[in-house]
Amino acid sequence: MSDNIYLPEPMRIVRRYDLTEDVRFFQVRPVDMERALKLSYLPGQFMMVSIAGVGEAPFSISSTPSRPGLIEFGIRKVGVLTEQLFKLKENEIIGVRGPFGNGFPVDKFKNKDIIIVVGGLGAVPLRSLLLYCLDNRDQFGKIYFLYGARRPAEMLFRREFLELKQRDDLYCYLTVDKDDTGRWTENIGVVTTLFKKLTNIDPENTYVTVCGPPVMYKFVIDEIIKLGIPKHQILMTLERRMHCGVGKCGHCVIGSIYTCIDGPVFSYWDVIHMKDLI
Amino acid sequence: MKVLKLKKHYLKDYLNVLRNWGEVYGPVKQEDKYIYGLLDDLDKLDTRMLRTILPAKKFLVPPRFSTFTFKDHSYEPELNNLPNRVVFGVHPCEIHGIVILDKFFLERFPDPYYGERRRRTAILGLSCVPDDKCFAKSTNTHFAEFGFDLAFNDLDDFYLVWVGSSLGDDLIRLKLELFDEEIKQSDLQKYMEWRAWRDTQYKLNLDLTAMPDIMELNYESPLWEKLGDKCLACGACSMVCPTCPCYNVQDQIRPNKTEGKRERLWDSCMYKQFALVAGGHNFREKRSQRVRLWYTHKLKAFITEFGKAACVGCGRCIDTCPVEINVKTVVSELKGGK
Ligand SMILES: Cc1cc2nc3c(=O)[nH]c(=O)nc-3n(C[C@H](O)[C@H](O)[C@H](O)COP(=O)(O)OP(=O)(O)OC[C@H]3O[C@@H](n4cnc5c(N)ncnc54)[C@H](O)[C@@H]3O)c2cc1C
Ligand code: SF4
Ligand code: SF4
Ligand code: FES
Repeated sequence: MSDNIYLPEPMRIVRRYDLTEDVRFFQVRPVDMERALKLSYLPGQFMMVSIAGVGEAPFSISSTPSRPGLIEFGIRKVGVLTEQLFKLKENEIIGVRGPFGNGFPVDKFKNKDIIIVVGGLGAVPLRSLLLYCLDNRDQFGKIYFLYGARRPAEMLFRREFLELKQRDDLYCYLTVDKDDTGRWTENIGVVTTLFKKLTNIDPENTYVTVCGPPVMYKFVIDEIIKLGIPKHQILMTLERRMHCGVGKCGHCVIGSIYTCIDGPVFSYWDVIHMKDLI
Repeated sequence: MKVLKLKKHYLKDYLNVLRNWGEVYGPVKQEDKYIYGLLDDLDKLDTRMLRTILPAKKFLVPPRFSTFTFKDHSYEPELNNLPNRVVFGVHPCEIHGIVILDKFFLERFPDPYYGERRRRTAILGLSCVPDDKCFAKSTNTHFAEFGFDLAFNDLDDFYLVWVGSSLGDDLIRLKLELFDEEIKQSDLQKYMEWRAWRDTQYKLNLDLTAMPDIMELNYESPLWEKLGDKCLACGACSMVCPTCPCYNVQDQIRPNKTEGKRERLWDSCMYKQFALVAGGHNFREKRSQRVRLWYTHKLKAFITEFGKAACVGCGRCIDTCPVEINVKTVVSELKGGK
């Protein structure tokens, strides 16, 4: 990044395809190849993506730093900027700044068991963590991946995750609230119904990461607490409006913290003692 | 620190000399209020000013400015060609405000736009005597030991001039012959007496020391609803406060669709859309939540982050809010006053 923290760098769209009806996968690469190879980040960090003349917004990184050179996003079409992003084709150029935010403390995860719990669009940032852990498999204990979507068609990276089920070093559990295809072979029910698959958890030695729609948190956290996992070992990523990513514009402030630099990853303990986080 | 003397009747001559270095701004009367205005005519200068409508932050973070221009996919930061500026008449509380902005903008993730403007803006402080809305003594911001380039202390027929930076020293040297380098014992005496006298002039005293705890304990207080019912969400309190830094971002594009600029505009957490995200969810839908955030950030969050409240006791919110929501009324109500 240039030393001007507000200046986007040009990145080229390498690949894009639809993950669901309204969420699109974007794979991008800095136009400057040298920069492309040096760009490092942590799972859980985000970048500010912009189209000059339209605007800028934060998007989680979905790729893993263990596969350098390309950055991936999963973007839902919801408004002005995202609509314009959806109009772009391969080889077109967007502006990107970052990475920003604290990211997941992957160093603390070393030798620990990891449970990744995902709802809906939460798969975007947690895919980064999952791939990172799988690429550095020997550094971690058991890895559980629990992902719930409303319908099979709404599950992001569905094929990729179904393939992961074949690995014997990962517990990959997928579920949908409702199967409207008649061909879904995995679990049916909300994501919390997957928790019964978690047996023999060693709570002191386990980190849990959660990302999903706001309504999901309460139910999922209740289940995690039942497993006896300490509150500071339960991590979640939060969303707020963001216009800078560097603690200046004030839009992401919650009480005494800036979601963009103190977060977006917070522990459940943070959430309890800082108020208004979720 | 170096200290000099300047006879009062030389002030305009000196400010005139400073025009060789940059544009000179200072307190100018506008109807019944004051602003920091361009002193294209030095007779506009009015040192009786107590507080300007907008604080000097407007020079360091302009209400609206472009961060870069773009053409196709190249971005050109708008950092060159910024003018040198002298801002004369900045009171101690406001200098403390600038020191807070310095920490905020320059410590973690240095902001080049703030940094460049700060470097090109000479802050010339001026002593003041409080009115019934100033409470800088309570916030311990009634004297500034640093954060300025020069500071003028009014002692009847002369100013004691404190040189606070190497730029300040350069500025003195532009016309050293106007200054008297010899400070007599009697001058010192006079200054000490003035200080002691001025301390007695603070009529408004607000103790902010326990505010983090008091804010925490009042989190669910019905007071916030009461204030929220009154608040007009006009954002004026944020505009006038020397330490409110929040901004919004907007792109401007030329009709040709390939050229334009990205602008930064002052924003306020009191505005309804401030925490609104895509899909229509608003994290602070209610005015009561927004008023609470404003005061939490000012009186609690900053203490956690920088060891000091972000209120410098300038009294602008007291002067400005049309419905009397201000640090004075809020703090006294939080502490169980009326
Ligand atoms: C840390 C973080 C990670 C995110 N990751 C993803 C992701 O991986 N995939 C995804 O699809 N979405 C993600 N989002 C949400 C995404 O930023 C919004 O969907 C996006 O801002 C919508 O922009 P828009 O212009 O299309 O929407 P509009 O509704 O048209 O936006 C209107 C205005 O609101 C502002 N705005 C609305 N929501 C936000 C917001 N959350 N942050 C900043 N400004 C906002 C826009 O800048 C714009 O000025 C993330 C948000 C955060 C904070
Ligand atoms: S809160 Fe009010 S008194 Fe305190 S610095 Fe801001 S405007 Fe001045
Ligand atoms: S507190 Fe007063 S000045 Fe601030 S937004 Fe509300 S009405 Fe306006
Ligand atoms: S996004 Fe601007 S302060 Fe966090």
